[in-house]
Amino acid sequence: MRRGGGLRAAGEAVRLWVAPARVREEGTTPDYRFSLANERTFLAWLRTGLALIGGGFAVDQFLPRLHGTLRVSFTVVLLVGGGLCALRAVNHWVRCERAMRRGEDLPVSRFPGALALAVGLFAAAVVVLVLLGRTN
Amino acid sequence: MERERPVAGGAGPRPASDRDPGLQPERTRLAWRRTTLSVTVVALLAGRQLLRNAEHGAAVAAEAVLTGLVWLGFVVLAHRRMRAMASGRPPGLPPRTALLLIGCTLALALCGAAILLQG
Repeated sequence: MRRGGGLRAAGEAVRLWVAPARVREEGTTPDYRFSLANERTFLAWLRTGLALIGGGFAVDQFLPRLHGTLRVSFTVVLLVGGGLCALRAVNHWVRCERAMRRGEDLPVSRFPGALALAVGLFAAAVVVLVLLGRTN
Repeated sequence: MERERPVAGGAGPRPASDRDPGLQPERTRLAWRRTTLSVTVVALLAGRQLLRNAEHGAAVAAEAVLTGLVWLGFVVLAHRRMRAMASGRPPGLPPRTALLLIGCTLALALCGAAILLQG
């Protein structure tokens, strides 16, 4: 059941990605203030993604003493995380817009929790490395 | 009572009633401004990294041009959207703009990965 629902959701997401303007064709246009709030949420997620990408650049530039493999993997994790955040931003924006047009509940998502966990683990890893003196 | 309330700028080109008391367009415009500042910081960090790799010549020049173009595209898209916010009831965000912004962000991340592989 869950798997089938996931596949259907993925198919719908791909359709939205190919022709996002089709969202406008259904339902009624919500109050413009709701759309603006959705747009600000989208921008906030986009900034989160940009911050992660900037963090990737920062790890590479400002931790030169960190062991090469660790530095590269930290940078790659942050760059990939930033890209995922940006993709998720536009996906969530489209889904919220569609839900508002149809008068449905806004979609819920595990992404914020997963991101919080990942950032927490990453910060803990950096703290351990600093305490071990691997960064200077 | 309500009728007697003075309406500031009522005779101007934009009636005062057109302004949202919650200042939603203004808040959205400022959110766009914050986002352009974020992308500028990322582009500057990319540029700093490229300067450190300057001995690689042609590849670094190509990446610098790409980063500059991506930054410019992002800022131009944001500027257009901020101009749309000047009207009392701005139209919705065009999906194409959203997708192009995501494309710019992903290009920056890919550029970062390319720079990493060089250094």
